[in-house]
Amino acid sequence: MPKRYHIPIVPAPARFRPVGKYGTVDWREDCSRCKNCVKIQCVYGIYRSEHDYNIDPSSPTEPLFDCHACLSCIQGCTKGLLSLSINPEYLALGGDYWRPDLIAATWEQAEAGRIPVSGAGYRGPFSGPGFDSMWTDMSEIVRPTRDGIHGREYINTSVDIGPKPPHLALGPNGELDEKTEPLLEVPIPVILDIPPWDPPNEAIPSARIAAAAALGTLSVVRPNEIAAAAPNHLSSLVPLFEEPRFAEHEPLLQQIRMVEIADGPDTLSHAEQLRIINPDLIVCARLRLEPAAFERVWALYEGGIKVIHLCADTQGREFAGRPRFVKDALRDIHGRLVQEGVRDEVTLIASGGIAAAEHVAKSIVCGADLVAVGLPLLVALGCRVCSAGHNGSCPADMQSIDTSYAVQRIVNLMGAWHSQLIEVLGAMGIREVRRLRGEVGRAMFQEDLEREAFGDLGR
Amino acid sequence: MISAAEPASVRANNGRMPRTPQLPVEREVRPTPDRYRNPIGRYKVRRSADCRSCGLCVELCPHGVHQKPPGYSLTLRPRDHLCIGPDCAQTDHYCIERCPNHALSLARNPTADAMGDPRWTSDLILSTWHQAETGHAPTGGLEFQHGASGGGFDKLRFRFPERPPVALDDSEIDTGLELNRRNDGRPRVHIDLPIYGGGMSFGSVSIHVMLSKARAAAAWNTFTCTGEGGYPGRLEPYDDNVITQVATGLFGVREETIQRVRVVEFKYAQGAKPGLGGHLLGDKNTPDVARMRQAVAGNALFSPFPFHSVYSVEDHKKHLDWIKMTNPKALVSVKVSTPTDVDMVAVGSYFAGAHIIHLDGSYGGTGAAPDIAKKNIAMPIEYAVPKVHKFLVAEGIRDEVVLIASGGIRTAHDVLKAIALGADGAVIGTAELVALGCIRCGGCESGRGCARGIATTDPELMLQVDIDWGTQRLINLLAAWREQFVDVLRHFGMRSITELRGRTDCLYHLDYAKEGEAACD
Repeated sequence: MPKRYHIPIVPAPARFRPVGKYGTVDWREDCSRCKNCVKIQCVYGIYRSEHDYNIDPSSPTEPLFDCHACLSCIQGCTKGLLSLSINPEYLALGGDYWRPDLIAATWEQAEAGRIPVSGAGYRGPFSGPGFDSMWTDMSEIVRPTRDGIHGREYINTSVDIGPKPPHLALGPNGELDEKTEPLLEVPIPVILDIPPWDPPNEAIPSARIAAAAALGTLSVVRPNEIAAAAPNHLSSLVPLFEEPRFAEHEPLLQQIRMVEIADGPDTLSHAEQLRIINPDLIVCARLRLEPAAFERVWALYEGGIKVIHLCADTQGREFAGRPRFVKDALRDIHGRLVQEGVRDEVTLIASGGIAAAEHVAKSIVCGADLVAVGLPLLVALGCRVCSAGHNGSCPADMQSIDTSYAVQRIVNLMGAWHSQLIEVLGAMGIREVRRLRGEVGRAMFQEDLEREAFGDLGR
Repeated sequence: MISAAEPASVRANNGRMPRTPQLPVEREVRPTPDRYRNPIGRYKVRRSADCRSCGLCVELCPHGVHQKPPGYSLTLRPRDHLCIGPDCAQTDHYCIERCPNHALSLARNPTADAMGDPRWTSDLILSTWHQAETGHAPTGGLEFQHGASGGGFDKLRFRFPERPPVALDDSEIDTGLELNRRNDGRPRVHIDLPIYGGGMSFGSVSIHVMLSKARAAAAWNTFTCTGEGGYPGRLEPYDDNVITQVATGLFGVREETIQRVRVVEFKYAQGAKPGLGGHLLGDKNTPDVARMRQAVAGNALFSPFPFHSVYSVEDHKKHLDWIKMTNPKALVSVKVSTPTDVDMVAVGSYFAGAHIIHLDGSYGGTGAAPDIAKKNIAMPIEYAVPKVHKFLVAEGIRDEVVLIASGGIRTAHDVLKAIALGADGAVIGTAELVALGCIRCGGCESGRGCARGIATTDPELMLQVDIDWGTQRLINLLAAWREQFVDVLRHFGMRSITELRGRTDCLYHLDYAKEGEAACD
């Protein structure tokens, strides 16, 4: 039996105190020093860790980064001097898509490598745009679930990348008639992509490559980042060529397994050049997700390119005037490939807007084989997705991150995502992430549910 | 009229074990203030050092914010959680302006603004506290009917007729529910409210919380549920109002516990973590909890998922038959979550012999669960109830089973909306915990457990919830909810809550409202 896939989690505390959600505001001037101080009785010991409290009355009031907002101190203070507030710095994190809670949850996962757990029910909005307007299924009674997370049953999260022949052709003596096309298996349906912006720190690309190697997956890199790869990590490299400067990378191209080429009018001839250099190379065309993407996918398929990376923008939208969300575009492209009868020959990689583990599962349900993530890797390193700070004034000080820390944070985040993917698959009773692809019957879409449940209201 | 509970002597004991005498609990609303020194309200009223303690504000305020007990020379710190806020400026008793020394100031309470979330808004938490304190719905402008999640119950409203088709007196309106509709020779079990308490195990919550729930259930002739953590002996005086749960881990399940109760619940899945098992962290598995669960203290306890003995409706029936053989008087409830084929699951459960089908939607749950599961796995209860109701009607078996909704039922109006969508009644969990002082910080699982003394078995923390106090808070909450049930039924001219079931014509949805309706909101 092959060794089970395991992601080595080692807790990697944040380099700076993460921005906490809650702070406690107090009016020290009115404190009666009654000695019943609720702050000493904090069950989480938060005030003790803020050890200068009450020693230096003139020290500025700091937000309590670890406060759980249980309100015990606020409701217990003899004179009622304390109030809770939400840290404005927390509310200022991120933007419309990367909301503060998503950033904080990503930090937590990158630190601990564990599934975020909380009590007292769900606390978000009923639904939302994009991935938040669908739910995944679970099994009940007649369809057994799979107990993946406690390790009693093995749930396979591997996917294949590469052209898959629709059938095998055999010669007269039963031997394989033609050369098998290259096929690459990665143990998680996630590859690490180039982030939408580059912090000025060379440790970050090299950490991305090393993390991909540690995870057994792939990392997309720009040609100028190839030098950052350790020699034993070459098999995790997927260089992205915007220009067909293949000749200068010929030795490398003979050692690696996959390349991406930015889609353009000459994509097919570039792919031909690459196959001449290395016939075993998997060539993936990377294209912007646009309303006409299916037509382009079809042209590439007919031209022999069977691995296609569809890139939405960082918020998961098509590049269009009235963009569809990546989940809807994927359902469309996947569905049409199924109709054409060629879906199994093609590998679709989706990226853009994949910000949480649930988005991986949902993208796959909507028709992707796997996803590529870039921005979540920066968030794992402490990035706040602020709009201003890529020019040296970064509040997370991304310039000073070292490689080993960055590798562990990325590995931890992927470990947490992997565990969550297993939870989702286990609940559905699916033992193979490959079988999740396009399984819209095991998902529930809000438009259908609303029509069924409320369509006849008041009529 | 509320029908009186059957005397315990009428309920035949199956003869296998002596019954513990049942203790009655009085069904009476009594003011039960917050157990903390500083209750939280929407507004803060501050009294500065300029106050001369003239006592004018004490005379003015009809809400009791200002107090100066006899013999006191100084006015007390304002009880500002009772303040109705700037609206008071329209009246002639607005203390802020009337104070001769300008010593009073009014501001929004930053704590109230920082609490809550779209599902349980700050207003819902404060209004639940108000109901648990007073036994009545708040009147000072706090929103107590719906949250701000932007969908589901929060977008549904009642379409009241201009005047009730029949004028009814409140005493003519019945909020009770029969739990056995099968005509299978098993006892009829009547509850006086269309709601009962959800399963929270000993271990996930303290014995004080369990007893408070059980005693409130006894007062209202309804039920509470043990959850999957054994049947603590201290619940025995309330056996008639306890549902015991048989779940995948079978923790603490014995023949004797099954024989003790009138309703047994099979938990196939739970909304908090649909498709995933339960997990009690090692820290919360104290020696007492371990004894009850017949386990080793300090070890994390997993309930597997699913029942590995049930993979078909036939297996399911075998399971229910086992319980029915063990306790020939018991009704059987089947608790399932909400997959795409929840309607088929419900029909299968009916044919397996269930009396009650309990749907647990994905947004609820009280215990610690993976965030990804709570948000994404299985459908919200608002969708599942009409789906199952319509399917049971189409199958011609709707009147033979009781359909119970849970998982995201926060308010009395959520209960009524679930019933109008097709449920017979509802199970509540978080609302009860909020009444006991929960502020939904979500830290149920960390370290010693709940800082508020609810979801914990820590011997020190759990003492924060006094049993009598907790019982009374829950009795008050249920009283306030019953008033709202009666109020809505009166507007519709309905004599019984059972008339509301499936009446989707009584509801409209803000997004799909006909012209003019949205404006009513």
